[in-house]
Amino acid sequence: MNFDKELDARGLNCPLPILRTKKGLAELTSGQVLKVIATDPGSVKDMQAFAKQTGNELVSSAEAGGEFTFFMKKK
Amino acid sequence: MAKKLAIIATKGTLDWAYPPLILASTAAALDYEVQVFCTFYGLQLLKKDVSGLKVSPLGNPGMPMKMPFGPKWFKDINWNIPNIVQANVPGYESLATTLMKMTIKNCGVASIEDLRGLCIEADVKFVACQMTVELFGFEHSEFIDGLDFVGAASFLEFAGDSDICLYI
Repeated sequence: MNFDKELDARGLNCPLPILRTKKGLAELTSGQVLKVIATDPGSVKDMQAFAKQTGNELVSSAEAGGEFTFFMKKK
Repeated sequence: MAKKLAIIATKGTLDWAYPPLILASTAAALDYEVQVFCTFYGLQLLKKDVSGLKVSPLGNPGMPMKMPFGPKWFKDINWNIPNIVQANVPGYESLATTLMKMTIKNCGVASIEDLRGLCIEADVKFVACQMTVELFGFEHSEFIDGLDFVGAASFLEFAGDSDICLYI
């Protein structure tokens, strides 16, 4: 998937992946996509909740080898 | 209109400094307007230097005592140390705090100083209880800049309109 910015949140724990995601999105314009890689298992539900509450779109969410990859489209 | 989160922070230990700051920073990231009213021991969260915050395992049966270093079998041991020993070993609290800070770092959890900085950056408003500042003999100069020193009525004005209000 195409993305405009990548954020490495590996090794970070709650609430840092969400806070970094928020910051990362702030540097994008509407419609651009942020890729986030995290290792915090709690981030799966948290990213969904973040998207739902902020109106940004969680385009995809996948797990591979203990790493979670998210694509978040800025509203 | 933005949702509002009002928090009353009353605890002044390293462990209990986390819940208000985690919730405040996350709520700010979710576009909440956040106010944290720090009163009694919660004033410690607003000191310029928060490196002195400590955790006390004494009389806290819910706190696992595990070592942040060594092989896995060693880290997995839960050291069940009787209260009477904890209370009599000088520096026990400082040792526990050092170990907890190592664990915090190992787990990728933000330090209190960093988390507070993220809150301020995200426009979380911290207010300090003026009555407790006087009660504890603190000076305004001991606290971070930009604070309002207020009373209960001021906090309730914000809290009364809030969507979530938490006492921590």
